[in-house]
Amino acid sequence: MNHAIRKVAIVVVLLFVAISAQLTYIQLVRASSLNKDPHNVRVATRDLTRDRGDIVSEDGAVLARSVPVKDSYKYQREYPLGALFSAVVGYQSINNGNAGVESSYNDELLGKDVRLQTRSFSDLLNSHNPTGTVVLTLNRVAQQAAANALRNRRGSVVVLDVKTGGVVAMFSNPNYDSNPLASHNTEAAGKFATALNNDKLKPNLVRAYQERYPAGSTFKVLTAAVALDDGIVNPQTTFPRVTQITPPQSNKTLSNFGGENCGGTLTESFTVSCNTTFAKIGLTLGDRLAQGITKFGINEPAPPIDLPNPASSVGPTDGTFKNNMPFFALGAIGQGNVAVTPLQMALVAEAVADDGQILVPHVLDEIRASDGTVVRRYEPKVWQTAMTPGTASILNQFMRNVVADPNGTGTAARIPGITVAGKTGTAEAPGGPPHTWFIAFAPAEAPRYAIAVIVERGGDLNSESTGGKVAAPVAAQVLTSLLKGPASG
Amino acid sequence: MIAFSTLRRRRRNAELSLGLLAVIVTIGGYILLALADGPTLPPDLWPLLASIVALYVFAHLAVRRLAPGADGILLPLAAALNGIGFVTIARVDRGLTSIGTPSHLARIQSGWSAVGVIAFVLTLLFVRNVRVLERYTYTFALLALGLFLIPLVPHVGLTVNGARIWAHFGPLHFQPGEPAKVLWVAFFAGYLTQKRELLSAGTRSVGRLRLPAARHLGPLGATWGVSILVLVFEKDLGSSLLFFAVFAAMLYMATERSAYLIGSLALFSVGATAAYNMFGHVRDRVQGWLNPWPYRLGPKGFQIIQSWYAFAAGGVYGKGIGLGISYKIPYASTDFVFAAIGEELGLIGTIAVVICFLLIVGSGYRIAIESTRPFSKLFAAGLTTILGLQTFIIIGGVTRMIPLTGITLPFVSYGGSSLVANFVILALLMRMSDENSRDEART
Repeated sequence: MNHAIRKVAIVVVLLFVAISAQLTYIQLVRASSLNKDPHNVRVATRDLTRDRGDIVSEDGAVLARSVPVKDSYKYQREYPLGALFSAVVGYQSINNGNAGVESSYNDELLGKDVRLQTRSFSDLLNSHNPTGTVVLTLNRVAQQAAANALRNRRGSVVVLDVKTGGVVAMFSNPNYDSNPLASHNTEAAGKFATALNNDKLKPNLVRAYQERYPAGSTFKVLTAAVALDDGIVNPQTTFPRVTQITPPQSNKTLSNFGGENCGGTLTESFTVSCNTTFAKIGLTLGDRLAQGITKFGINEPAPPIDLPNPASSVGPTDGTFKNNMPFFALGAIGQGNVAVTPLQMALVAEAVADDGQILVPHVLDEIRASDGTVVRRYEPKVWQTAMTPGTASILNQFMRNVVADPNGTGTAARIPGITVAGKTGTAEAPGGPPHTWFIAFAPAEAPRYAIAVIVERGGDLNSESTGGKVAAPVAAQVLTSLLKGPASG
Repeated sequence: MIAFSTLRRRRRNAELSLGLLAVIVTIGGYILLALADGPTLPPDLWPLLASIVALYVFAHLAVRRLAPGADGILLPLAAALNGIGFVTIARVDRGLTSIGTPSHLARIQSGWSAVGVIAFVLTLLFVRNVRVLERYTYTFALLALGLFLIPLVPHVGLTVNGARIWAHFGPLHFQPGEPAKVLWVAFFAGYLTQKRELLSAGTRSVGRLRLPAARHLGPLGATWGVSILVLVFEKDLGSSLLFFAVFAAMLYMATERSAYLIGSLALFSVGATAAYNMFGHVRDRVQGWLNPWPYRLGPKGFQIIQSWYAFAAGGVYGKGIGLGISYKIPYASTDFVFAAIGEELGLIGTIAVVICFLLIVGSGYRIAIESTRPFSKLFAAGLTTILGLQTFIIIGGVTRMIPLTGITLPFVSYGGSSLVANFVILALLMRMSDENSRDEART
């Protein structure tokens, strides 16, 4: 029997060796990946009990900070400006995890970034908690101006720094206050979150970069750019003066706003936002329109902004022209299946302002260690090349005309002493009055800021100028605060 | 050749000094647990220390008196495991209390440890000679069968968490399967001692295979039937697997014929395949074992993934006692106690626990090999195998080496029936060890 007992003993010992190997695999080899698994409740719990760096605006306003408290979480996250910055800053919540910058720069705020860890030999000895301060590109004055200008109307404002791609302002209505979500009273925080989720107006959706709308006439900037790059038109190309056209494969007419009779040169058509001209261009370009708009990032993955879950923008797709011509007529004027985010339209304005280039949009300016030294600065990167510099300069003039020309649709965006270049839009959407759009940049001669404004359901179907009347003044107000306000000196 | 008196003194002194280490581990862990909350010692530190020392010294003195030649490391190893288990259960209690579900399992467990030690001493006291047990082979068989079936009796049996393995008589709740497994190994050892020659020789030929007469195979078939019964009616996957594996191992050890191993494996495959196809809970466990990640919130994957997270959180050195959150894993005091240990004591702690079991199992098999009587050999080897395999099945389950089946980790998990049964196993192994050293002294 001893022979067999020894064999069984060896098998049992081998089973124990196998257990030890498996334990080593989990606790040594797999440990770091399992410890980072976002589904691991320890990840969130661990972060909740740790000190966390401040989030501050470019002009020094504290947007988020951690305050020591006596409860088991040790630190309470506070948002001194509440709802004003919630679209970008987000929240750190026990029940709901993190959102916004609190999510995308979580590691930096917690000081997990290696560059924040050990700054000197003495840091090795004092086991202080290295947290990082996240400095955003957002400007408090501009953000406040956007909130003031939108008032209680639903909509969004996105302002970009043309030279860096930095987001200077990003505000959406309706929104929410981040503080109740960060409460350590998890029951109250949970109720608040449920109420937000059940709200039909979706205040927890950051419309500025997560919601899509029909673009309306602001899309004519893309159509014009594609056509000019393609060479089928130049500013002097003339179009018939008509009130409506009927696209092929369709019996539905496509009319100008208010039944207006328009046409003439491309320059004139752009200034008054003549639908028939651009519908014709769209039909002439066909699939080339679809190819051209991808250079702006339409039908491409969402702009790689450093915020969670950006939405992509869509429009007519390559290869569908043959079977779906009306979509190209409608798409050329920002209707049909065109759906864009306010961020995307700000990027379109930026493309015109910056010789056809679109930079990667971002909210991070720099990360500072606790001693104030900058450990990381955001370096501007090109995202897309949307058009040639020549086309951009033609469109720059077109967009100046929209604001400066007495017949232009965007005269409400004028700012004394500053040349504003813009494009209005009144986008029809089922279920209510049209959305009003305005995209712009200023100063037109040496652009610094690009902006997109949407006021949901702010328009009137009978007049293209409503887009200009409702959304353009919002843009003017925000640009004024930036170019003339105390912040710019 | 060492004189019996020298061996005896050496073994007992080792037992006493190693026991001191086990007490230090337990009390140290308990103090660290309190320190995780703040700089105050646990209020019940001194009474606890006194009772642990008293219990250990009581057991040790009983061994000195009743089995002086027995192996000296078994008792301290069991005490260390029991102590680590107690600290971990106290830790889970504290975690649950802090999130509003007060738990007093540690207090109950300490009571069961005392009952376990008493059972240990009583076993040494009444079983003065293991050979005597051979006489009751069939009595044990009937008792074991009866105990297995108790949970199926209406009004007595209880279904807890899907498994019908509990019995209750008035306020007393227990798992009859735990004492049954000891009786069952005793029966099987006795039965195989009597029949092993018949079983290994074989009287009839089927092709190249020589089979023993059907009447000798009968009890084996019955045993297999019981393990299937346990599986089917009590939904106790772990015990079923354990009984069957020990059945096969003992049959092999008694006959030295690998054909029995192959045959058992075939029977097991048939049973396992049938169980997989017939029972949803078996399928869930297998799927959760193969790939739990798609089911991270469901019954197939949640526990095992949480268990992995706990082990990973511990890493090599552990988070420190009282500093993890593995009390949030379901059944952290029982089936998943090892994951809680993994989080707070790390790889060092888990390997240390595995080594404790390895040493117990090693001693057990050595006792079996050193024994000169066939019954003792089989009995010791059987008890050791059941202890070793039970450890493997539950640790393998919570680490996802094999499908998860809910059984206790011997000496560590919360649970009175299991603790008492394992202390009885310990006493029986030590009894046989004592007999071995006496025999050796005599020759």
